[in-house]
Amino acid sequence: MADAPQIPDEAETRARWGAFAWTAENADKAKGVIARYPAGRQRSAVMPLLDLAQRQVGAETQTQGWLPVPVIEYVASQLEMPFIRAYEVATFYTMYNMAPVGRYHVQVCGTTPCLLRGSDDVMAACKNRGMVKGKTTPDGLFTLTEVECMGTCTNAPMVQINDDNYEDLDFDRTAAILDALAAGETPKAGTQLADRHTSEPQGGPTTLVEMVKANHDYRKAW
Amino acid sequence: MLADKDRIFTNIYGFQPWNLKSAQARGDWDKTVDLMKRGQDAIIEEIKASGLRGRGGAGFPTGLKWSFMPKEPRADRPSFLVINADESEPGSCKDREIIRHDPHKLIEGALIAGFAMRARAAYIYIRGEFIREAETLFAAVQEAYDAGLLGKNAAKSGYDFDVFVHRGAGAYICGEETAMIESLEGKKGQPRLKPPFPAGAGLYGCPTTVNNVESIAVVPTILRRGASWFSSFGRENNKGTKLFQISGHVERPCVVEEEMSIPFRELIDKHCGGIRGGWDNLLAVIPGGSSVPLVPAAEIMDAPMDFDGLKAVGSGLGTAAAIVMDKSTDVVQAISRISYFYKHESCGQCTPCREGTGWMWRVMERLRTGDADISEIDTLFDVTKQVEGHTICALGDAAAWPIQGLIKHFRPEIERRIHENGGALEAAE
Repeated sequence: MADAPQIPDEAETRARWGAFAWTAENADKAKGVIARYPAGRQRSAVMPLLDLAQRQVGAETQTQGWLPVPVIEYVASQLEMPFIRAYEVATFYTMYNMAPVGRYHVQVCGTTPCLLRGSDDVMAACKNRGMVKGKTTPDGLFTLTEVECMGTCTNAPMVQINDDNYEDLDFDRTAAILDALAAGETPKAGTQLADRHTSEPQGGPTTLVEMVKANHDYRKAW
Repeated sequence: MLADKDRIFTNIYGFQPWNLKSAQARGDWDKTVDLMKRGQDAIIEEIKASGLRGRGGAGFPTGLKWSFMPKEPRADRPSFLVINADESEPGSCKDREIIRHDPHKLIEGALIAGFAMRARAAYIYIRGEFIREAETLFAAVQEAYDAGLLGKNAAKSGYDFDVFVHRGAGAYICGEETAMIESLEGKKGQPRLKPPFPAGAGLYGCPTTVNNVESIAVVPTILRRGASWFSSFGRENNKGTKLFQISGHVERPCVVEEEMSIPFRELIDKHCGGIRGGWDNLLAVIPGGSSVPLVPAAEIMDAPMDFDGLKAVGSGLGTAAAIVMDKSTDVVQAISRISYFYKHESCGQCTPCREGTGWMWRVMERLRTGDADISEIDTLFDVTKQVEGHTICALGDAAAWPIQGLIKHFRPEIERRIHENGGALEAAE
């Protein structure tokens, strides 16, 4: 997209990733993915397979993963589609990393609902740890990206780091999460407020209070 | 206030498990076959009678939309239901709560809606960033298959129906129905020209209906409780219950299901603990997600939160995502950030949008600091009018409207910044 990074050197990438192939487990998963679409429409599987490939690259490199050109070629050939059509998809959608990223991809939401609730402080906490927007820290631990609305607006501001959201943040809570990750720990995902569960009002819901304690069946009152 | 017994999404906050067993204990998948036995046309008529309008933003009557699908699909041209879970509109965060906490309402709704429109299968297109949510959805669909509720003879109805989950990968534009279809076909998500409309030629060239998650997930409850129950809430033409999402400068932001047409003030006071700093501190509200124009405090305070009520104040209900701004807000920055969003998310297909969104954002950034000439406000307004209505999809309109709303209501604030910035430009004249 507009802020796309420099595509890494082709020869080096080919030397490292030219022999890319699914692991046995991912080969099975890929088959299952293709089966979701009608016969002859296997091209529909290009997005999930690119995601799977990025995850495999991530597992091999201990990062969030990215999509080297030979890996995109591999996916395209499995789906019997021209490389350029798969490449077009990979470059169109923001979640495909076209260049290597760090162990943790720190994606700070900066859109208006988060902005209003203090996403600048979240960004500041990231920068305070030496992160620079669009770059990976020298130790390879963190890549910082400002992303567009993540659909978590009632728990703003938030950050998505690899597969988990951390919500209801401020400077200190963000710093604590980054510290925990750097120390190899797994911080609690979701809201960071002690008196909040998910998207109910902080301090307890104003509706459906019975549900807090038990799986209430409201049909009795219909 | 809506009574708890009349709320459809009873596990919306996820205090209880999402799994099939717990969902069934709450009433989901209860004699689904009996609902289906009423017959396809009867179901569509019931949904029409309930007054349900699409919950994804446009508000098109759901039952009417289903009735456009072919009554006798050909074997070589099956019909599809595509469920739009690409929730990406800034301010919106309701579909996420349905998917991760009440997924069986959506899956049961998919079967019933798919049956009613005579579809062969449903694809649920969930935005890529909802990673954990998608994991839950995949697992919930598998549970439904394992229990015989999907697949051949789904829920013992004699009807064969499949539900597949498809993850996006980060593109707001895929929330537009034809871009979503392109994306499902394995292409970049660029909207198609209409006609043909999806009901004629959609996914794989087959008849397709695209519905929002909330529109589908409310269907089983409407059928169980009856159209007249659903239509007993809200004003004429604005019926039902609705998930509202309130973000920004309220004391306690939240997602909450309420009656349509609830006055804005009541919504905020009852569920959000009021405006931060009190009602006198309210500056403006974007009532329906970033694509609708903002409404100044005085006009929104007592407006009914529904399609017509918000149209009357020059805005729209959209996805019912209210972004609240108090007087500490730099309102020009708030809208400029939305302009940046549209610049980032333009798919690049139509020139007015591709070039216009970037241009509008750059001017907005200069207006934010006052580094502009007064005449540029009108130039900007003119450009928004050239983008609006001149693109294939509504993203161009969505980029234009917030700016038009800002200029309409906050022109003196923009002018003040330009004057304060010093009149370097004025002095030169």
